[in-house]
Amino acid sequence: MSDFIKGSGDGCGKEGGCGCSSGSAVNSHTDHRETDMPQTRRGFMKAATALAMITIAPGITLFATGGPAKARPLDEAASPKIRWGMLIDASKCDDGCTKCVSACSKENGWKDNGRPDTDAQWIRAVTLKNRKTGATATLPLMCQHCEEPPCVDVCPTGASFKRADGIVLVNKHTCIGCRYCMMACPYGARSFIHEPLEDQKDHAPRGKGTVESCTLCVHRIDEGRLPACVETCNAEAGGALMFGDLNDPNSEISKRIATYASIELRSGLQLNTGVRYQNI
Amino acid sequence: MARTTYKVLKGRGFTFWSIMTLHALVILIGLGATYYMEHNGHIVTGMNNRIVWGMPHVFAIFLIIAASGALNVASISSVFNKLAYKSFARLSGLLALALLVGGLAVLVLDLGRPDRLIVAMTKYNFKSIFAWNIYLYIGFMVIVAGYLFVQMSRGTEHLTKPMGIVAFAWRLILTTGTGSIFGFLVARDFYDTAIMAPLFIATSFLFGLAFTILVLSFTCFTIRNQLMTREVMQKFRDLLIIFIVVVLYFTAVHHLNNIYITQHHGVEKFLLLDSPVYSTLFWGGQIILGSILPLLILTNKSLGSNRSAMTLASIMILIGGLAQIYVIVIGGQAYPLEIFPGWDEISSSYGDGQIANYMPSLPEILLGVTGISLAMFITGFVLTILPFLPEPISDE
Repeated sequence: MSDFIKGSGDGCGKEGGCGCSSGSAVNSHTDHRETDMPQTRRGFMKAATALAMITIAPGITLFATGGPAKARPLDEAASPKIRWGMLIDASKCDDGCTKCVSACSKENGWKDNGRPDTDAQWIRAVTLKNRKTGATATLPLMCQHCEEPPCVDVCPTGASFKRADGIVLVNKHTCIGCRYCMMACPYGARSFIHEPLEDQKDHAPRGKGTVESCTLCVHRIDEGRLPACVETCNAEAGGALMFGDLNDPNSEISKRIATYASIELRSGLQLNTGVRYQNI
Repeated sequence: MARTTYKVLKGRGFTFWSIMTLHALVILIGLGATYYMEHNGHIVTGMNNRIVWGMPHVFAIFLIIAASGALNVASISSVFNKLAYKSFARLSGLLALALLVGGLAVLVLDLGRPDRLIVAMTKYNFKSIFAWNIYLYIGFMVIVAGYLFVQMSRGTEHLTKPMGIVAFAWRLILTTGTGSIFGFLVARDFYDTAIMAPLFIATSFLFGLAFTILVLSFTCFTIRNQLMTREVMQKFRDLLIIFIVVVLYFTAVHHLNNIYITQHHGVEKFLLLDSPVYSTLFWGGQIILGSILPLLILTNKSLGSNRSAMTLASIMILIGGLAQIYVIVIGGQAYPLEIFPGWDEISSSYGDGQIANYMPSLPEILLGVTGISLAMFITGFVLTILPFLPEPISDE
């Protein structure tokens, strides 16, 4: 555990961490942010790096973040050799930051109508606190893209399905809106569309009376781009999200998972989630 | 043993037609409510992204469970050769079919896309217990229809017993499937247990018999005294007592099992003690109104075999049953998912870590009630055109 904290207590944003081993993983992250680098300078560096990454060298960016290096031709099926996944370093998530949520909403066209009980939420920011220790954490929660997804198991029509490359999706043409997948999802990651929709995105078709959830921005992945939340977090926030191929031992995400301890949420269910977390 | 003769329901009278008219009105209103919900979306219901199954599902599951139990009277006569029940075998089969149609209608009309029913009928994921249930429901209808056919046709009576055995086995499998819809949900603390299947089977026996008694009391209003003889009443009373006790047993085992498991203490405390809604419905609805009071009535020597008292007990049992299903379906969802064990303050826009809110809206209640009315209307209508009722038997 101490190795984990040493290696990944990188709230400062340094790759591989900065060697701190004091306190809990969560708190060590907070300490570093305050002491390692002045806020303005750090922010400037982050923004400048992100800008350069996005505008000057997108190919390098994708490679560096382990993302899809090239677009998949439309006539080519998704490859079972790939398993897309995400690694979320909670120590890099700022309290109150919802940039990944906003990016997802903007990208996929779901909106906050001020009715959180019924509004679609493909991704949400969760704040955790342990009263005894005082430790806190903030992290994004979305579909965990399980290898053994309960939503796919229970769907009567097969509308919930897992693509060959591990992305769990809903076929909008065969979803009958029974919501059994929502009963089965261990993460509350799915939303039912409760009201008529307007201004849909071409790449993210939605339909009243059907169920939906995070697609990992499958349309972007197929174009060789990063999911919107990852891209935005890298560019505008702490770079907490890493995307890549979990099956490729040379991908950055695989190397990171192999080096530093990470967890699956509700790991006892043995679903082998595609989304993993560090520092919670 | 003299042959039992059957006839259509005669002497229907004002009460019968009043009840039928009332059911027809409820069905029309329910269809209007369905249109309203489908047009505006589920935003006009109390259901949301955490309580994804609401009042329509409570009624639908209640009716589907009752349907398999309603076949019980027929099964006892055909499978276990209890001749006292034989004369009610046809009615039992009819009621089973009608209740199933009522329950399925509610389930289908609550779908987000009921227009895609054809998809549900043609595309199957065989790993889904829900998909299996669709087969089980259809199979149940076909088998019970066949069972009724061999009972009602000349020269096919020898097939009654084998068909009765098939129907009995199928109904046990069907209710196992219905219970497993919840039992197979690994994500939620209150479900994810094999006991849901036998619990639902026990419950089905109770609901089914209570519905049978109510149909005999109300739909067959003018001849109920002849149909519900003292002997029949005593047998029904004994069965009701047994079924109530068995349901209580499985309910107790389910909760005790959870109470033993530390991980499930939270949901048990919530459902049994802390929740003003679910705890009240459990203790006040299922246990006191639906179990203890009917038991007191039925075991009372002067009341137990009285038709009015038994009818009242059946009504109590069914109201308690609705409360039981409400606690299972809604209460089980209202308790938050344990995504972050060890963290005691959890907050998010989704309400992680918090009890989910649910306030059923009028349209969804109307849709649910429509299922009951549809079942009763079908039963009443068929009784008037086909010979399902035994010739009244003398009590002497």
